Amino acid sequence: MSKKVKFVQGNEACVEGALYAGVTFFAGYPITPSTEIAEHMAKRLPQIGGKFIQMEDEIASLCAIIGASLTGHKVLTATSGPGFSLMQEALGYAVMAEIPCVIVNVMRGGPSTGIPTHGSQGDVNQARWGTHGDHAIIALTASGHQDVFEVTVTAFNLAETYRTPVILLFDEVVGHMRERLVIPEKGELPLVERLKTSVKEGVDYHPYLPREDGRLPMSDFGGVHRFNVTGLYHDMWGFPSTKPSVVHGLTHHLVDKLENRVNKLAMYKEYFLDDAEYILVSYGSAARSALHLVKDRRFRGERLGLLELQTLWPFPGDIVREKCESARAVIVVELNMGQVMQSVKMAVSDSEKVFLANRIDGVFIAPVDILNILRLIQGKGV
Amino acid sequence: MVFSGSGGQGVITAAIILAEAAVIYDHLNAVQSQSYGAAARGGSTRSDVVIADSTIHYPKVLQPNVLVCLTQTAYNDYYPIIRPGGLLITDTRFVKIEKKVDARQVELPMYRTVLEQIGKPIVFNICMLGAVVSLTRLVHPDSIMKVLETRIPSGFLEMNRKALDLGIAMGAPE
Repeated sequence: MSKKVKFVQGNEACVEGALYAGVTFFAGYPITPSTEIAEHMAKRLPQIGGKFIQMEDEIASLCAIIGASLTGHKVLTATSGPGFSLMQEALGYAVMAEIPCVIVNVMRGGPSTGIPTHGSQGDVNQARWGTHGDHAIIALTASGHQDVFEVTVTAFNLAETYRTPVILLFDEVVGHMRERLVIPEKGELPLVERLKTSVKEGVDYHPYLPREDGRLPMSDFGGVHRFNVTGLYHDMWGFPSTKPSVVHGLTHHLVDKLENRVNKLAMYKEYFLDDAEYILVSYGSAARSALHLVKDRRFRGERLGLLELQTLWPFPGDIVREKCESARAVIVVELNMGQVMQSVKMAVSDSEKVFLANRIDGVFIAPVDILNILRLIQGKGV
Repeated sequence: MVFSGSGGQGVITAAIILAEAAVIYDHLNAVQSQSYGAAARGGSTRSDVVIADSTIHYPKVLQPNVLVCLTQTAYNDYYPIIRPGGLLITDTRFVKIEKKVDARQVELPMYRTVLEQIGKPIVFNICMLGAVVSLTRLVHPDSIMKVLETRIPSGFLEMNRKALDLGIAMGAPE
């Protein structure tokens, strides 16, 4: 059978990925440039027996999917910067209570309502530290529709595996542009389903008592077990605790479950890195311009390479350091004031060789913009 | 290529149909993007389409090989970006060519012909698409019809087919 080929926006590719992963509940408040995700979810979810709710705001949206997740559903919400700001409190709750959920932020220019219809990648650090307190988070991104589909599936898998919110940081350019998407056959991409407790009805269930492998089996809330879920530091019963050993242990657990697996969680693509003198590090839509330039300059015999990051958090510092070790200069290409550049500078052994090629005026960065920076670094002038 | 005009003329829809035809039925690669905001509500509007037989990375158009302008404003805004030796398509009703550009300039009475022969300006964009397909031979006209069949209620298909054929005839060499 021939595969299903579609010509869609990135936002619809995300919807298709979520449906493939098994999403059954979406709550959201439409906002440019993520609106098409809500639009297509509203159409598609009822067709498969799922539920779509348009909420009164983004605070309620994230709270609604957290509740639905607790009852056993795979859940999604989608927003952009202003809505993502409103979600930060509930995001922290999902981190603390370890509730699997996927949050899409199709980035536009900020701060505040900013520039709604133009692209940006200015929310990278907000995804990491937007909610307060020590914690770890997973944030993924993609530059093309096939990858948007696949990282969306991965986001659901990681949310279930590690019982954590996962943030998908797409941007306006990828969200709105249309290109080919091939829907994989069922079974082609692995799916992680909810790990449910084997504790029987009438037997005490401890919601935060890890198995030997560290994973926490869940019981559908409202089902056969009664248990407490809280944003306060809590014990294995889920009840609030201020006991130093509990607080210490839970903080370490929340951070370590992701940070200790940073290399395992690292998704990236590399192009022509083996002999690259100059390495571009990029992600999302900006990586498309970077790759365009790399291929163009390779054609002229210049040793330029690209490391495209798909996992932004936890930041794959070891991999960035290793890949960039022998480069004469590393140029981070992004649509912000250098948010990933900061992490790259911290990762590499010589931060002086890290430069920024960016655009912050709402205009999508073109290959020639990157080339101009490259030529300046090479001492060739623009 | 770049399609430009004003909100409501269907230039973005035409761009999507062309790119979809290229990807789904002609097995080429295509990327389509568009300007958002006020343009969608009556201002000057623009959609970029890149069609290639290789992988497309940078998705926007800096210098179009083919530029379609369906309003004077769009023409004034965009004629300077056309690639030297490219193809500029304008509609005689809406655009008065003012300057000579280093490109093949094709002025077609698309709007007038659609009004005279069909009577419904709504298929103006499909007529334009017919002319583009005919002048560039980028995708097969049948592929455009196949996309239209998936997008348009069957009662309106014949009108669109006629508009497409009018455009194809207009774009065909004399």
